[in-house]
Amino acid sequence: MFLNAFIIALREIRRNLTRAFLTVVGIVIGVAAVVTMVTLGRGATEVVKAQISNLGSNLLILRPGLGWGQKAPLFTTADVKAIRDQVPGIQAIAPFANANAPAVSLENVRNTDIQGTTPEYFPVANWKLSLGRFFNDAEVREGASVCVIGETIRKELFGAEVDPIGMKIRLKSMSLEVVGVTAVKGQGGFGDDLDDNIITPITTLQRRLTGRASKENINQIMISGQDGYPTVNIVADVSSLMRERRSLTKNEENNFSVFDSLQLAETISSSTRVMTSLLGAVAGVSLLVGGIGIMNIMLVSVTERTREIGIRLAIGARAREVLLQFLVEAVTLSCVGGVAGIGVAYGLCTSLAKVVGAPFLFDPKINLIAFAFSAAIGILFGFMPARRAASLDPIDALRHE
Amino acid sequence: MISESLIELRGLTKTYGSGDAAFQALCGVDLNIASGEFLAVMGPSGSGKSTLMNLLGCLDTPTSGSYVFKGIPVETLNKDQRSLIRRHALGFIFQGFNLLARTSTLENVELPLLYRGYPRKQRHQMAREALASVGIPEKERNTPAELSGGQQQRVAIARAIVTNPNTLFADEPTGNLDSKTTAEIMNLLCRLNSERGITIIMVTHEDDVASHAKRIVRVRDGLIESDVIISCS
Repeated sequence: MFLNAFIIALREIRRNLTRAFLTVVGIVIGVAAVVTMVTLGRGATEVVKAQISNLGSNLLILRPGLGWGQKAPLFTTADVKAIRDQVPGIQAIAPFANANAPAVSLENVRNTDIQGTTPEYFPVANWKLSLGRFFNDAEVREGASVCVIGETIRKELFGAEVDPIGMKIRLKSMSLEVVGVTAVKGQGGFGDDLDDNIITPITTLQRRLTGRASKENINQIMISGQDGYPTVNIVADVSSLMRERRSLTKNEENNFSVFDSLQLAETISSSTRVMTSLLGAVAGVSLLVGGIGIMNIMLVSVTERTREIGIRLAIGARAREVLLQFLVEAVTLSCVGGVAGIGVAYGLCTSLAKVVGAPFLFDPKINLIAFAFSAAIGILFGFMPARRAASLDPIDALRHE
Repeated sequence: MISESLIELRGLTKTYGSGDAAFQALCGVDLNIASGEFLAVMGPSGSGKSTLMNLLGCLDTPTSGSYVFKGIPVETLNKDQRSLIRRHALGFIFQGFNLLARTSTLENVELPLLYRGYPRKQRHQMAREALASVGIPEKERNTPAELSGGQQQRVAIARAIVTNPNTLFADEPTGNLDSKTTAEIMNLLCRLNSERGITIIMVTHEDDVASHAKRIVRVRDGLIESDVIISCS
């Protein structure tokens, strides 16, 4: 019975190729739109997430001033110590100062970002090593002439294949020995190169490069919260501590700001999620429109099909055999459309992913959902009119106008 | 020729609708039809002849009364069981031919065999034999749109007889055909009746078409008005 239904269904598809084609096209458009939109949206979300995780997890950054470019007092070593001692939930805390200077090696010169900090900075900012070691606390205390360099600096100053450990970089009047190379982080959230930097003990930077009084010129304080400890609490505690230390009165605004990377990450990823669902909804509409197209085609052909059902019933087909035939037809067309739609989406995603700059992440779930939805529409609208027709007496079905 | 009783109707009635709108199309029909008969059912429009035909063809169920076909009480059967009777014992020809559009002659004729589950080779062979016996063996690849009315009706007859049915129902089989083609189709039906012994029950309102039959039953207002056995022309 099933084999027969299959033969009959395929014959029906063959003799109505235009109808079959239109049905399939409706499903292809719907599935391709949904899968492409959602896949690209997810790719974009992943890019943003990766950029944020480069910052370090649970990262808080204490900056002077409320906005960019506002004149405000810098932080001191005492601030760092006070925060470390008095604010609960802190995993690590590192002072951070930076300066721009041309870095000179034997081969080349490159103007780059010189960052002065303590060893705690490496875990806080999520740095990994590809070669050598980080500097240690003893080196920070004595202001040792050591540095850890990013991959870009290594390439520019020494060459990609060269092991730079032990080599010297000259910055203005001082010479730093390279002790480590950080693993590649790639592009930052603003398109900047995160690997274009030289990290040195903060004391070295202060004493020998910027030349300012040692304990009073920390640009930023980087704080990482303990896992699971709410960063909002740390933000609140740090803020009130700093207000107290700076003797700000109730009416005065903060002259510093606390930047919460986790919160930023959540904001950004929730907004990209919103974008993804918006795109998905738009695509869902096209899936629905495709479905309505299918419904139209099926309803237009219902008169002819009702007569066909009447003929089949009159020559001795049972209602369930006719229904099985229609079901097989609908399932076949929907599946062909669904698979073709996923194929089209795959092509679109790979080419669009390059244009958009987002990775192409194959997501079986969305493929499955789009496929199931389109198949459901195809089957529903292919099958429902048939069910009504098959319930008629053959004579009524034959007379159907 | 007339041997055993094939069809027995007792007090068959059929009412369409209900309440005030009810219309009684058949008001108690008694009729016996034997195997091998060629019977014409005649009557003016609205007389109930088509209703009678549909009941006899197991396409519809009576409101009351009994209908025994080959010993089977048809009025007790459900839809699927009636389908199976049609599949195995009955063939149908319609005024409008009712062939599947855009489908080749061969596939149209094969259709009943598909539901009977014959293998492909046998289906083709039986369908070709049926087409040969209705006189259009060369048209197996054509679709209905490429055939004349007479040829389409021949295809329909081939489809009806391909399963070697016991009984053939013809509902105004020549209603859409010109007189020359009508004569050809009627001769074909006569031959099927006399050579193969297929019982033919035909509805018509044309006297010269009915004259090919061996027995003419006239229906008026839901009752049998006359029942005449005539010699075959």
